[in-house]
Amino acid sequence: MSQPRSSSETGPIRMSLSSRFENIEMAQHLCSKLLEGWDLSEETTHWILMALREALANAIKHGNAQDIEKRVHLEMDVTDHHLRIRIQDEGPGFDPERVVDPLAPENRLKTSGRGIFYMKTFMDEVRFRRADGGGMEIVLTKDLTQGKEKEEGT
Amino acid sequence: MKTTVREAAGGVQIVDMKGKITIGAGDVQLRETINHLVEAGKKNILINMQDVTTIDSSGIGELVGCYTSVTNKGGKLKLLHLPPKINDVLTVTQLITVFDVYESESEAVGSFGA
Repeated sequence: MSQPRSSSETGPIRMSLSSRFENIEMAQHLCSKLLEGWDLSEETTHWILMALREALANAIKHGNAQDIEKRVHLEMDVTDHHLRIRIQDEGPGFDPERVVDPLAPENRLKTSGRGIFYMKTFMDEVRFRRADGGGMEIVLTKDLTQGKEKEEGT
Repeated sequence: MKTTVREAAGGVQIVDMKGKITIGAGDVQLRETINHLVEAGKKNILINMQDVTTIDSSGIGELVGCYTSVTNKGGKLKLLHLPPKINDVLTVTQLITVFDVYESESEAVGSFGA
């Protein structure tokens, strides 16, 4: 069985993506490779990849407004049993405090505004900040010692 | 994503969806399929989700938009064969209570006449 990898063995994955939705799946594929060896349940991996998808979609659509001249900077790393995904766009940024609650009755039937909620639901921690060089930075964190595949016969 | 529309008893339109309903890949297709049916005067629409492999917040948003546009025209939009993970995604955002969801096609089709 393969052993869990940490940054000391593999180093972080860093990449710069053009603002195209097609790039989301490539990033998800790389993330799933990074998670190999942690014996995570299929469900846990699925939700991590969904959170990654939502964060990248936000950066491409709302951050960079699908301007293919603008880049999305992605860094994925596992250290101390924690997956850390950092995404930075080149857009004008937004105030996370002003994101509406999709569970409020008046927002329930809105066609948008659920992405951040899903990220927060499926990851342990989601942090936003305006990046030093401009754009918005989002950091998603997940403890990989949780959500392991249950061992058979125990 | 592939969509196929077939007509069942009572004029119920069953939309079989296959593949992903995600941003830039299926979300707009879902909207266009449902809008086309609504413009053609179809009021009872059942979306079969059995072969939907992935959905994201954009796809969920389109589902909600379709529900609203059909309802506003006096019609009904219901869901059939929700895969467990899509059920989960609808549950955490409390949308599962908005949609009528069925496991049996015949029961779902019959429900439109009720």
